[in-house]
Amino acid sequence: MIFVAIGGFFGAVARFWIGNQLNKTAFPFGTLCVNVMGAFLLGLLIGYGIEGDWLLLCGTGFLGAFTTFSTWMMEADRMERKKAIFYVLVTCAAGFWGSWISL
Amino acid sequence: MNIYILVGIGGMIGAVMRYGLSIGTALWWNGSFPLATLLANYIGCFLLPFSSVKLSGNVSTDVQKAVTTGVIGSFTTFSAFSVETMTLFESGAAFEAFLYVFLSITGGMVFVRLGSERRRGQ
Repeated sequence: MIFVAIGGFFGAVARFWIGNQLNKTAFPFGTLCVNVMGAFLLGLLIGYGIEGDWLLLCGTGFLGAFTTFSTWMMEADRMERKKAIFYVLVTCAAGFWGSWISL
Repeated sequence: MNIYILVGIGGMIGAVMRYGLSIGTALWWNGSFPLATLLANYIGCFLLPFSSVKLSGNVSTDVQKAVTTGVIGSFTTFSAFSVETMTLFESGAAFEAFLYVFLSITGGMVFVRLGSERRRGQ
C-alpha cells in the first residue's frame, strides 16, 4: 500500500503540473496528454512483465493517479456536443492505440 | 502549504482508495471484466462535479484542488481503462471490450450529470 501511496503522490503532482501548463486554452490538451501518455506507459510496464511492488508503485500508484477518467468526462460534459464527441474519440483512439502498441 | 504538496497528498489518498476498492472487488468478483476500474470511475465521475460545488466557498481554493484534482482525479484512472480494454481485445473478448468502453463512457457521462444535478437542487 505504501508503494501505491508514493506513486499516487507523484502521479497527481505530475498531472497537476502538466494541466497547469497545457489546459490554458479552450481545449484540455493537458488532460489529453496525460491520459494518452499514461495509457502508453502502463501498456509498456505490463508488456515488459513488470509486476509486484514495482507495478504497484509505477502502474497502480503513479500512472493510475497520473491519468484521470473523472476530469476527462466532466470536461466533455461541459463542452458543446460536437466538440465533446471529438474529445472523447480522440482520447480513446490515441490512448487505446498507445496501449496496443506498447502491450 | 504548497499547492503541489496538497494535490500530492490528495493523490496519495485517491490512489490508495482505488487500490483498496480493487482489493475489495476481487473478494467477490473474479471474472475477466474489469469491474473495479469501472466502479472507481463511476464513483469519481459523480463525486467530481458534486464536490466541486459542495466545497466552493466552504474551503480555500487550494484545499478544493487537493480534493478534486488530487483525491478524485487520482481515484479515477484512464491508463487502466485503456490497457484493460486492449487486454480484453487481445484475449479475444471483443464483445466484453466494446461493452466495457460503452459502459465506462455512457455511465461516466450519466454520473457526471447526476453529480451536477445535486448542485442545482441546493
